[in-house]
Amino acid sequence: MALKLWASSAANALKLSSRASAPFPASSISRCFSSVIDGFRYSDSHEWVKHQGDVATIGITDHAQGHLGEVVFVELPESGTSVTKGSGFGAVESVKATSDVNSPISGEVIEVNSKLTGAPGLINTSTYEDGWMIKVKPSDPSELQSLMDSKEYSKFCEEEDAH
Amino acid sequence: MALPQAIKAGLPCMNLLRMTAVPILKQLYLEERLLRSSAENWCIISHGTSLPTIVMGISGRPSELVELKPVLRDQIPVIRRFSGGGTVIIDNGTLFVSLICNKNAIPGLQPYPHPIMSWTGQLYGQVLCEFGDFHLRENDYAFNSHKFGGNAQSIIKDRWIHHTSFLWDYDAKNMEYLKLPSRAPKYRSARSHVEFLCRMKDYVPSRTSFIEGTIKSLGGHFSIRPFDLDELGSLSSSLSGSTKLLTRQELEEAYTSQCVAVYPMYKAFIEPDLQTAHIKFSNKFNPFTGFQNPTYILKSPRNVPVGQIKSVLSQEHKESTEETYDIYLLPPGEDLEAC
Repeated sequence: MALKLWASSAANALKLSSRASAPFPASSISRCFSSVIDGFRYSDSHEWVKHQGDVATIGITDHAQGHLGEVVFVELPESGTSVTKGSGFGAVESVKATSDVNSPISGEVIEVNSKLTGAPGLINTSTYEDGWMIKVKPSDPSELQSLMDSKEYSKFCEEEDAH
Repeated sequence: MALPQAIKAGLPCMNLLRMTAVPILKQLYLEERLLRSSAENWCIISHGTSLPTIVMGISGRPSELVELKPVLRDQIPVIRRFSGGGTVIIDNGTLFVSLICNKNAIPGLQPYPHPIMSWTGQLYGQVLCEFGDFHLRENDYAFNSHKFGGNAQSIIKDRWIHHTSFLWDYDAKNMEYLKLPSRAPKYRSARSHVEFLCRMKDYVPSRTSFIEGTIKSLGGHFSIRPFDLDELGSLSSSLSGSTKLLTRQELEEAYTSQCVAVYPMYKAFIEPDLQTAHIKFSNKFNPFTGFQNPTYILKSPRNVPVGQIKSVLSQEHKESTEETYDIYLLPPGEDLEAC
């Protein structure tokens, strides 16, 4: 069990997709080129959620930012807006395209990452940390269970890219 | 649900809407509505907007993209559209082709900017390769390295739109309303609008041959069903306010906002007149280009004599004398004495 935990944190540090099934952590390198964070939950439209107590932090995944390219502008809602699972709350603009970002859960926006106004590229460079988009007070924490965990999401990305 | 036309060999259906002389604002309202509220695939081909109109991408800021003084003077409409991408000035000579598709409409095509851009490059390449050396250059359609088609996209959960403004013909004078963009593709190589662009009509025999060729090319992926504009409802309002025509007040505010920082003021009020100035300005210091010169300017509120400064510098220091002039930019409407 301890070995598995070590594997996860080593994988996180090395920005590798972690596979809980591998008994030899040092050699488990995922075929999926995008990174994931264990403990986060993921939607099938490529957003991540980090749930800590009463607050859920949301952003787009490494897979998404890699496919979108350099982010030049981020459109975010205002604090106090409500979001619904599966519906758009903002958009991310890359060179020629604007792409909707959908909320993986329902709730009320309590904080918005204002750093993204001046530095939209944080989504590319610090996808799971400084590139967070909104913080939400979940209205229904059970929605998190229907989202994918890091293992399921990695597999989902692999299957998408295999086309 | 049975469709009126026979479906071609299992290909998904695409509605084809051809329009002429529809104002670009109405067209954009329509496209945004079809993207967000329809579940079908659409191709919209349109031309013949008579008035020159500036169309910026969703995050476009007029003060950065548009020459506001002539735009305000000549009352050129400025629109912010719902898709990404850059700024264009469209007129009678512009041809529009917009593709709105469900994410699974084209097998193997992932709903991301680059794959969609590539796929359309292949589509138009099929149509245009016989007329010229067609290329998808970065995100533009070009003959050799001359751009004739600009692209923009909006991707939502299960659908996307990729729309193109084609320069069938254009009025070079109109390009003067646009600033040289700060973000430009590398292959542009700092060329002016006129040196960078080309006209499709110089390569392709007729608009019709291009349009028919495009429809034929799409027919390889979709079962095309002609649709009439009358079958759709009113086009007058916009969904969720994404596409909007900027008001005169907004443009005026953008114009006056250029007066808050030195460099924008210089760009807006001084640089345009330098062409005819009698005094030549030579400025070695440009904070925006190249490596930073590691020069440190020491300022002190105390009156420190030169000898005292020299005494703390090392023996090997070198001295040089430069004459500098401070130029003050007076904001429009300000009085010299009051500043």
